[in-house]
Amino acid sequence: MIDQTVVDLSRLQFAATAMYHFLFVPLTLGLSFMMAIMESVYVMTGREIWRKMTLFWGTLFGINFAMGVATGIVMEFQFGMNWSYYSHYVGDVFGAPLAIEGLMAFFLEATFIGLFFFGWDKLSKVGHLVVTWLVALGANLSALWILVANGWMQFPVGSTFNPDTMRMEVTNFMEVIFNPVAQAKFVHTVSAGYVTGAVFVLGISAIFLLQKKHRDLAIRSMVVASSFGLAAALSVVVLGDESGYVATEHQKMKIAALEAMYHTEEAPAGLSIVAFPRADGTVWELKVPWVLGLITTRSFDTQLPGIDDLVVHAEQRIRDGLVAYEAVEVLKTDRQNEEARAAIAETWPDLGYALLLKQYRTDIENATDAEIAQAALDTVPDVWPLFWTFRLMVAIGFFYIAFFALAFWKASRGTIEKHKWFLYAAVVTLPLPWLAAEAGWLIAEYGRQPWAIEGVLPTFYAASGLTVLDLVLSITFYVAIYTTLLVIMVILMVKAIKAGPKDYLAILNGEAEPEEVEPKAMPKPSAAPAE
Amino acid sequence: MDFIPIDYETLRLIWWALLGVLLIGFAIMGGMDLGIGALLPAVARTDEERRVLLNLSGPTWEGNQVWLILGGGAIFAAFPPLYAVSFSGFYLAMIVILLALILRPVGFKFRGKIADPRWRNTWDWGLVVGGFVPALIFGVAVGNALLGAPFNLDDTLRPFYYGNFFQLLMPFALLCGLVSLSMLLVMGAVIIAKRTEGVIAERASLYGQWAALAAIVLFALGGVWIAFGIDGYVITSAVVTDAPSNPLTKTVVRQTGGWLSNYSAHPWMIVAPLLGFAGMAGAWLGLRLKRNITAVVAAGAGVAGIVATAGLSMFPFFLPSSYNLTASLTVWDASSSHLTLFIMLIATLIFMPIILLYTTWVFKVISGPVSTKSLGRNPNAY
Repeated sequence: MIDQTVVDLSRLQFAATAMYHFLFVPLTLGLSFMMAIMESVYVMTGREIWRKMTLFWGTLFGINFAMGVATGIVMEFQFGMNWSYYSHYVGDVFGAPLAIEGLMAFFLEATFIGLFFFGWDKLSKVGHLVVTWLVALGANLSALWILVANGWMQFPVGSTFNPDTMRMEVTNFMEVIFNPVAQAKFVHTVSAGYVTGAVFVLGISAIFLLQKKHRDLAIRSMVVASSFGLAAALSVVVLGDESGYVATEHQKMKIAALEAMYHTEEAPAGLSIVAFPRADGTVWELKVPWVLGLITTRSFDTQLPGIDDLVVHAEQRIRDGLVAYEAVEVLKTDRQNEEARAAIAETWPDLGYALLLKQYRTDIENATDAEIAQAALDTVPDVWPLFWTFRLMVAIGFFYIAFFALAFWKASRGTIEKHKWFLYAAVVTLPLPWLAAEAGWLIAEYGRQPWAIEGVLPTFYAASGLTVLDLVLSITFYVAIYTTLLVIMVILMVKAIKAGPKDYLAILNGEAEPEEVEPKAMPKPSAAPAE
Repeated sequence: MDFIPIDYETLRLIWWALLGVLLIGFAIMGGMDLGIGALLPAVARTDEERRVLLNLSGPTWEGNQVWLILGGGAIFAAFPPLYAVSFSGFYLAMIVILLALILRPVGFKFRGKIADPRWRNTWDWGLVVGGFVPALIFGVAVGNALLGAPFNLDDTLRPFYYGNFFQLLMPFALLCGLVSLSMLLVMGAVIIAKRTEGVIAERASLYGQWAALAAIVLFALGGVWIAFGIDGYVITSAVVTDAPSNPLTKTVVRQTGGWLSNYSAHPWMIVAPLLGFAGMAGAWLGLRLKRNITAVVAAGAGVAGIVATAGLSMFPFFLPSSYNLTASLTVWDASSSHLTLFIMLIATLIFMPIILLYTTWVFKVISGPVSTKSLGRNPNAY
């Protein structure tokens, strides 16, 4: 039997480390492109201020990037460490995009990031510009492959169950790459990263303007950030809508949960703005008629199934899955049984539903009706956290369309610094994109429960057989070190922002000394090597 | 899978070799930086000296570490059962490695941002731990693979592990850890000797010579121990090289000296340990005679030889099980499917040459000596 505490702690650890990691990823995605744009302007116009901007934002980028690398290295090994049955069961499919991410994207990004910082005086102008673009390209390609892997967890295409190896295996890799869920998630996620980068640049530039410092840099940065941010904010919402559309096709339960829609409605379904559960089990809600149906199905007459109907459907799939399970059991002792093979070939897509019963008993072929009904209910994720998190994310998304539209209008007319209230708003709303990004992951991953791989592998069944002590130790270590580093990172960011841009050209030309490179009191250099 | 032009057996062999190439790539490229980190307080005593070393690693260490990331990804994609069993089985050891590795990116980046001696000393120790600990534990892990790990697979191929962290610290495994540590110290030392000047280069050369001698002695000791002290594993059932990946279909026995049987069956394999000894001896001689380029090449060859020796001795095993011999993972029964191995090979053939090309270019651009004088100019220097 699988220890539920171990499963819960494993989930907690994965969620915590992934969400820590994703504090740093969006800024990397957005800021790298904006630095590349700024440096392109420098190379085209030859005006030093644009290089100064690239270097200043690059310093902040570097501090953030170090944290991204520090938290990212854990992610790759954690599948094997904490989710060993997952790694066995789907490694044949899921491992490939991760490995290609390393080959195609992370190698590129990590190799050129060093040259970005150390190559200013070693490369030609164009040479360095190419390096900066390659860093941005690497970061974004990295997101592509990670989301191909993640998209497959949401919608496992192009693969089949192999009873000889007891795992999922690839049948069509093109389907895995061009998975519609993965593509929609990729564009939505990178656009969210671009918004994050733009908000970051806009907010810090606003601080400079409010303090009447570094005006040259702040005004120009705002022009770049507001135009980049407007395009990104529009695409986040439009492409987020695309995610909703594809999710409707493949993750009906997630959509129903996001909408707290227990009963199937006549098409087209209405969109709830707010909703609250009532004591009698019904829901009080404020609805906009038709909108949900139009967004998710793009038609007037396609019906959206409610949670209750989906549970009934799940119960049938569990029963069908038991047929596949029993055939797998037969094959374990009788490898040549062609009848069992034929049964598996036909019924394997429901096998994962039968595995849901493993939470209640080992010999699931003897499951009672009550257990099957309970397992069917398990396919419903926690509705209320999802419902509200989703609304938070969407609200922030719409807010940024308005915010950047205004910023773009004012910045392109050159009047942005006159609107103090807007500058204050830009500073105050700085944390919102991170909040929206974390909310987005919560919706995507918490909304997929109880599945690790939608319909194929239940989460509890995927965990490693670790001890509670193992997990308590590792969670404590991670939280302690990540939190310490996060605090240090924020302090260093604030310090770098306070210090402001330096006169890099003078430093590089040897006309000025970089400040604070030498510590005030350090041991004197030793005269000779110690023998 | 009629359309795959390479048969399953060959693909499995190719991926076994590619995994070896990636691990050697990490041991050489990442090893330079781990070695520099571990040598930091010994070779560089003042802040200025330490900054020379950090800026020597600085521009390239991130790219070098990707060899490890890619190695992990390749194990996941090409040998999922190995990925599942080894990382969950060696859980706490992996946690220790990860915590050490976490300290490196922030150590490099954050250290120089505040000019306070206590602040910088703290990060220096973080970088020492970040270099020393992984260098040691990776070797301990290989030692445990040679000894066999106490795991089992049930009939759904779910892994179960029956050991604990302290059982990993067997004398033989610790010896392997020291071999790994000493060879990576050599790797760090030869790079410092080649690319710096003055006292730093002299100290690195001195420590590098000692490390090379230690590597030779410890590696030889490991060989003797493997021949007479520990059991190797041998498959006794008929070896089917293109069957579906399911480890539970074979039988295995343990026998003393079993890890040497490959060398009698394929005498050419002796090249690997010889390269290990010759390379480390070459590094020692190169450092002694101040032929620093020779020392770098020799050290790289030595590291490649030592890593290859472990892989060739165990072939076709990756991770034998001391708990249930049948559950042992081998290249023939712990791989991905035929199709996945083929797709991954295509991806590797496309991207690996590109990676080698731009990595070479970057190393060319940042080549040249690093000294206290060269630090002042770059505002991004660590």
